[in-house]
Amino acid sequence: MNLPFDIRFEKRSEDNAWWLPAATSLGAVVVAFIVSGIILKLIGGQPLVVGKFFWEATFGSWATISDTLVKATPLILVGLACSVAFKMKLWNIGAEGQFYMGAFFASLVVLVPIVPLDSPKIVIIGSMMIMGMIGGAIWGFFPGFLKAKFNVNEIITTLMLNYVAILWNNFWIFDRWSDGGFQMTPTFVKSAWLPRLADYARQYKAFSGITLHLGVIIGFAAAILVWWIFSRSRWGYEIKLIGDNPKAARYAGLNISRNIILVMMFSGALAGLAGMSEISGVVHRLQERISPGYGFTGIIIAWLAKLDPFAVIVVSILFGALIVAGREIQPSGLAQLLQGIILFMVISSDVLLRYKIRIVRTQPATA
Amino acid sequence: MKDGPYAVEMKDIVIRFPGVLANDNVNLTLKPGEIHALLGENGAGKSTLMNVLSGLYKQTSGTIKVQGEEVNFNSPRDAIDKGIGMVHQHFMLVPVQTVTENILIGLDTPKFYMNMNKLDEQIVTLQEKFGLQVDPKALIWQLSVGEQQRVEILKTLYRGADILILDEPTAVLAPQEIDEFMLTMRSLVDQGKSIIFISHKLQEVEEVADRITVLRKGVVTAEGIEIAGLDRRKLAQLMVGRDVIFSVAKSEQEPGDVVLSVRDLKAENNKGVPALRGVSLEVRAGETLGIAGVSGNGQSELAECITGLREAQGSVKIGGEELVNAHPMKAIKANVSHIPEDRTHVGTAPNLSITDNTIMKCYRTAPIGNGVTVNRSNARTYARELKESYDILAPGVSTLARKLSGGNLQKVILAREISSDPNLIVAVQPTRGLDVGAIEAVQRVLLAQREAGTAILLISEELEELFTLSDRIAVIFEGEIMGTVDPRDADVDTIGLMMTGTRLEDIQKGVEAQA
Repeated sequence: MNLPFDIRFEKRSEDNAWWLPAATSLGAVVVAFIVSGIILKLIGGQPLVVGKFFWEATFGSWATISDTLVKATPLILVGLACSVAFKMKLWNIGAEGQFYMGAFFASLVVLVPIVPLDSPKIVIIGSMMIMGMIGGAIWGFFPGFLKAKFNVNEIITTLMLNYVAILWNNFWIFDRWSDGGFQMTPTFVKSAWLPRLADYARQYKAFSGITLHLGVIIGFAAAILVWWIFSRSRWGYEIKLIGDNPKAARYAGLNISRNIILVMMFSGALAGLAGMSEISGVVHRLQERISPGYGFTGIIIAWLAKLDPFAVIVVSILFGALIVAGREIQPSGLAQLLQGIILFMVISSDVLLRYKIRIVRTQPATA
Repeated sequence: MKDGPYAVEMKDIVIRFPGVLANDNVNLTLKPGEIHALLGENGAGKSTLMNVLSGLYKQTSGTIKVQGEEVNFNSPRDAIDKGIGMVHQHFMLVPVQTVTENILIGLDTPKFYMNMNKLDEQIVTLQEKFGLQVDPKALIWQLSVGEQQRVEILKTLYRGADILILDEPTAVLAPQEIDEFMLTMRSLVDQGKSIIFISHKLQEVEEVADRITVLRKGVVTAEGIEIAGLDRRKLAQLMVGRDVIFSVAKSEQEPGDVVLSVRDLKAENNKGVPALRGVSLEVRAGETLGIAGVSGNGQSELAECITGLREAQGSVKIGGEELVNAHPMKAIKANVSHIPEDRTHVGTAPNLSITDNTIMKCYRTAPIGNGVTVNRSNARTYARELKESYDILAPGVSTLARKLSGGNLQKVILAREISSDPNLIVAVQPTRGLDVGAIEAVQRVLLAQREAGTAILLISEELEELFTLSDRIAVIFEGEIMGTVDPRDADVDTIGLMMTGTRLEDIQKGVEAQA
């Protein structure tokens, strides 16, 4: 059959308007929801009912919004960690390991203990944050150093170090700090918990049962910091320059090796902070499987956000919602299905940024 | 020349980019079997027009006819199907594959099994037909630039191209390769091909083209006029719209203290082969030392050793301070400016803005930076000032560097390197690939710097340029200086002999012996 028109892809030669990338990504998410709805309908489900349920489970009330944000918190930090490294074209696949090492180092503050356990909350939390970042930074340092000095492929080293970090953690929680044989340490003292809204339920009734903790503020602050680094600071300029053209960067007098190490450490520190926030804000102990693959989701988030720190927040909240929904909806695979379709749609929507689609009439219109 | 339909007829072509009208109602006709030169300054819209003809871009309006038939290209493949092949200025070859493999890339046949010997033979037959000799089994990285270009041409011929678009083919070639290339073009036309030849070297155009079309700022200023009877001055005028002064005047002045002193410098090239075998030279303040030589005789390595980008043995002293094997930062701190040979891969960051590219060497210090932050609004003001004073053509300072034409990119580099008020400028091929207007602008800037007391090391393959700008000319051959001459009493023949490996003292001995 000959259609009376032809669909043509034409390369965009001009600059894209500033809003176009955001608009296409948003459109892609909407399309993903529609496609998921159609699939649901085809297999005999009720998409509108599921959709309503999905909404209620994630954004329907203050409590569920809080749940969504709690899930989004580690994703924001890990997504930022990946964005920072990717900006310099350093493929840090090791945020997962850096997350675990951050959690481990933060736990040392309470379990060794590094500071007296009767210290004020601010001292304990502060030391945990610093230790978490140090732990992640150390885990970023090794691949960074190897890359800078011996040009060892960071994809391999960061990936491998993930397993090392997880097993390292397991050793301590199974063998040394095990709480009565369980794969977890004893619960931390209260002053090592990140403040939650629920803690203030006595003053403000509305906060009762709301688990949202200070970690989300840390995440937002980190996003602002990363934004500032890339748009205002000298270091951010250097990172962008090296990422775009290392030869030009060397010609401009930059020390590339040092920056590889520093960026890997900064990226690791952000992922480590995510680990700290998770154990101090949510589980309140070091235990097995504190991360269901946050470090890897962070890679996807960084790309979907096109390495923009504020977009990382938006994408992380969406992914947080999907995690929460997956917990509430049966079968739980539904949320994963949606997640897969969103990914697919957003990645393929990229073509719209590079091509214009024109529908051209090929046969004369019949009157 | 045969009558009948034009090989190519482009009519009223308009190509619009945001903020830029790249082509404004351009007409171009190519007769079968002719060499048609497309002349114009950088950014005049030559490459854009040809990218439309080869299916890479799409015109905003206007029609294209090939062999009398109207066409509508959506991809380079459509253009190839109509017999149009383009050889780009930057080659698109796979370095680790053989010549034959590169020619076959992207074709549907052979489908699965490659009988390399038979295919090699096919390629050789094609080569013999057009006089384009290259070893079909050689790997691309082993070939010289001239040979790689032949492979690119063979690639289009193998695909059955009848109309060849050659985008500044001579810009990358050494002088002797250019002569050979002119013969190649002739033999292609003799075999019935038609050629559009983009260039801004007037001499070559005069030599080889039948007709020319001249573009200036996207508008045709001369449409398909016969080349016979045109003089070079007239061509230059059509191109830049004003009289071009071919020789920039140089003032007489006494050089000052020694700024750069190179002693017995030895270094290897990227393949680990000795590229510099004991070079010694001196440049004084307010003096320009020209380095002449056929490309690949150690010129780029010399510039890289001086600016700290390459390891070396020997000594490089700038203002008395030893800089050999120092970090590039040390050369920048010693106020050395470097106009690198490779504009796109070394001189600029393609995906960063003009602003970010202009502050590349001054973002550390006030008023752009304070060591921690970069003041974006000061940076933009600074970039705007440079854009204004160096006449960089772009929609704005936030335009990405990769969207600039070669000449404008060079102006960005020049603006950045010279605004730092350097002690020493190392300029490598600063005018290569630029049009006459831009060449003159660059040369004027270099002369002004010399007058201001800057020491300049000028590495160039253009003898005319070296004679115009230099106080002394040193000739380099296989990593050694063959001799240094004064351009006022040196002749081109002597320099030519040195460029091909005869030492100055031997030439002088020969002259004495003859006398």
